Amino acid sequence: MSAARERTRSGPRWYRHSLVLTLAIIVVLFAAGETLSPGFAAPGQVIYLLVTASLLGFVAAGQNLVILGGREGIDLSVGGMISLGALIAGNVMDASNAAILPALLATLAGTFALGAVNGLGVTFLRIPPLVMTLGMYGVIQGLLIVITRGVPSGRAAPMLSAFVNEPLVLGIPGILFAWAAFAAFVIWMLRSTAFGLRIYAIGANENAAALSGVAIRRTRVLLFALSGMCAGLTGFLVLGFSGNVFIGVGDQYMLPSIIAVVIGGTSLAGGIGGHHGTVAGAIVLVLLQSILTTLNIDPSGRAMIFGGTLLLLMFFYGRQQRLRV
Amino acid sequence: MTGDGQSQARPRFEFRRNTWILAAGFLALLCAVNYFLQDNFFEPGVMVSNLTTFTPLILIAIGQTYVILASDIDLSVGAIVSLVNVVTVSIMHHLGGDALAVAAGIGAGVATGLAAGAANGLCVAALRFQPIITTFATGTVFAGLALWILPDAGTVQAPEPVWRTYSASFVGVPFVIWSLGVVALGCWLYSRSRPYLTLMAVGGNIRAAFGSGLPVMRTRIAGYVICGLFCSLGALALTGETATGDPLIGIAFTLSSISAVVLGGTALSGGVGGVLGSVLGAILLGLISNVIFFAGTPFEYQNLIQGVIVLVALAGGVFVSRGGAR
Repeated sequence: MSAARERTRSGPRWYRHSLVLTLAIIVVLFAAGETLSPGFAAPGQVIYLLVTASLLGFVAAGQNLVILGGREGIDLSVGGMISLGALIAGNVMDASNAAILPALLATLAGTFALGAVNGLGVTFLRIPPLVMTLGMYGVIQGLLIVITRGVPSGRAAPMLSAFVNEPLVLGIPGILFAWAAFAAFVIWMLRSTAFGLRIYAIGANENAAALSGVAIRRTRVLLFALSGMCAGLTGFLVLGFSGNVFIGVGDQYMLPSIIAVVIGGTSLAGGIGGHHGTVAGAIVLVLLQSILTTLNIDPSGRAMIFGGTLLLLMFFYGRQQRLRV
Repeated sequence: MTGDGQSQARPRFEFRRNTWILAAGFLALLCAVNYFLQDNFFEPGVMVSNLTTFTPLILIAIGQTYVILASDIDLSVGAIVSLVNVVTVSIMHHLGGDALAVAAGIGAGVATGLAAGAANGLCVAALRFQPIITTFATGTVFAGLALWILPDAGTVQAPEPVWRTYSASFVGVPFVIWSLGVVALGCWLYSRSRPYLTLMAVGGNIRAAFGSGLPVMRTRIAGYVICGLFCSLGALALTGETATGDPLIGIAFTLSSISAVVLGGTALSGGVGGVLGSVLGAILLGLISNVIFFAGTPFEYQNLIQGVIVLVALAGGVFVSRGGAR
């Protein structure tokens, strides 16, 4: 446990290093954007970018927890969970301000339960997370069609749309305050609560954690449930962002949520990393995509540059240890 | 509960070498159900037509198997398939569509698949990037290349001899069966070779393999290159079937190829399983949608039922690859 505390408090050197690197990349990307297209770093534009990044940030937080929990933890069902969350929220609130709270609760409960099913499959049936969550994604896709009968339904309440899209204080929309508070909470939870330390413990060495009395199954089920819930929350906010729901709305967040975690310095092997890097990673990804959009590059070029840049980022962070005898 | 899937030494080793058995049993059951729902299911014409539909996934799943056996994973297969499809069809179209153009198109397609696989292998094994993220990134690049070569689907067609040959019969046996026969022979020969043994050793325990002096890096690269080769074969089959160039044609194959491999009992952790299971897994995936369709399931429930069946079957496949009971 003390090793985990050590790790979370100070972090290994390369990890601190990569956080600095990520922040540097954010500054460079903003500068590059401003040079290439004046007005890129204008306040309104920056806020719009951060709102987009926040949507990714919420879902990446859940992904972050699952990955930190180790044992090849990964959640590929978040895309479906976001779509489902947006669908539940849209149908429960149906454009009515009064129904926002029930809609939020229904969304969180539904996606928490489905996430828990992921966790139960992973811990009790010992299905690898990649397979379990991939299968769950297929199930959710089917569920979406059953619920909607192929026709999009549900609308955002005006207050929710305003919360995401319109300035609240100092020209900053409410969602950014919510994201800041949420991220701070996750960072605090990982560093300073028993639950957070348990996550590092099972991620770093499951056997040692079990021998130290950590309820590893319960913890891991909870991680997947929380990941589902974070994705559901993202769906709720995506509904506010776009006003209505279409079935595949969440798919675009699935792989970016993993990439944000990885370029934020969290190891896919589990047990190493934190959440502040993920926040920075989400911003980097959204910035990168936005620059490519601003430059008016056609979709094919955008895809190639995006993929190439990811490979370049992998060169800095994603390298695995050299094999030694 | 602490032992988990990590402890590899088990007495039931024979069972672990025949991980395809559950898939075969499930397949037999599904064939029976399918026959019950569709009277002419076992007629040669229907079976060949089904097999023709499943062939692209079968080939791609075989490629994915070799990568997974080496304990890596390839999320770029769908993009490679799209890329090979547009390269092949574009070259055939621009060279005029005669026999030489067709040969050039096929050659270029296979070369593209090999090159894409080699790029993946170099990034993952030589540069030591994390496989999931890396192949997602290279997949994005390949998908971009495919869009760049052919921005719109359906604007370029494959010449007539291509799809005529693909649906033709030789000596009374359909072309698809011949092709699958050649592939089966190739896989069988490979499975008895030293490189395959090395591949399994690397997948089973990479440190031990390295410690024994096996060429780990070269082996992992070879896994990706073979996967690229099979993706190009799958793309050629797809081209023979659809006769058109489509930059998005391969998207669905990434996830379904992984599903097929896991259904076939191959462990994602590497070193356990084989291509036979994946072939059965690919056929299973196809038959599941067949059965759901012929059972007259209401349209909106088809995907959900398929999703649930696949999830249950995946869990079963995992169970088997781990050697049965806990």
